[in-house]
Amino acid sequence: MKAGTKELQKKEARVKGDVERTKEKRLYCPAVDIIERRDDIVLIADMPGVDEKSVEVTLEKDVLTIYGEVEPEIPENHRLVSSEYGVGDYQRSFTLSDEIDRNKIKATVKNGVLRVVLPKVEAVRTRKIPVKAA
Amino acid sequence: MLWRDFDDLNGFWDPWREFEWMRRRLSRLISEPTYDFPPVNIWVSDDDTVVTTEIPGIDPRDVDISVTGRTLTIRGSRKSEELKEEDSYHRRERWSGRFSKAIELPFNIEADKVSARFTKGILYITLPKAEAERPRKIEIKSE
Repeated sequence: MKAGTKELQKKEARVKGDVERTKEKRLYCPAVDIIERRDDIVLIADMPGVDEKSVEVTLEKDVLTIYGEVEPEIPENHRLVSSEYGVGDYQRSFTLSDEIDRNKIKATVKNGVLRVVLPKVEAVRTRKIPVKAA
Repeated sequence: MLWRDFDDLNGFWDPWREFEWMRRRLSRLISEPTYDFPPVNIWVSDDDTVVTTEIPGIDPRDVDISVTGRTLTIRGSRKSEELKEEDSYHRRERWSGRFSKAIELPFNIEADKVSARFTKGILYITLPKAEAERPRKIEIKSE
């Protein structure tokens, strides 16, 4: 299994300088896949515990930030006896190049996975030029 | 409460304390805490245990939960993205493939009454204790 060879523990998000959050909750850095396709770039992030109401995708200048707030669901009248993973919010930022059409970015969430589609500007879409044998 | 006090006394046998101790000892052997995938959190009450795990993006139909005696087994798989020939990865950090994990609880499970729920990428499995192992309240009759 591919997962076995990779680091699978949740990573805590890095904070710039010594800036801290006001909330005491933990902040994790979600694992992402970024795929470049012909007409767009797709960003997929694992953010379990997040739904369409608790996720935010923002674009400020050339920085795309994904943020998800997790309301931990604790089974009533139960106590935690063993914990292999932590629960907290998610945040991660990426710098985008100019080739993205900012007005057409679309985001969806399903089963705790965020999917952001970043369409390329018409002009930079690669045109395939068929090479003919002489 | 009287029973709570007993619980906190040293030497009172708590199966969960032993469970945690065993796990720590096992992970110390491997120097780093390496848990098999997926990581789980375990919650208990007098009557049942709730096992939770984060498996986002999975189709619940691709998850198989089975219970025998004291052991819970979770199996499943997550497919990787389907890429066309011209597509390429900039980053590939998300896991994919098959997983299998067995958890042994310190009591027998009432297999018929196990229930599971999958929401926002988190799986919740409720495992009731076998009837014979539940704590019983004994009424004291006054004469």
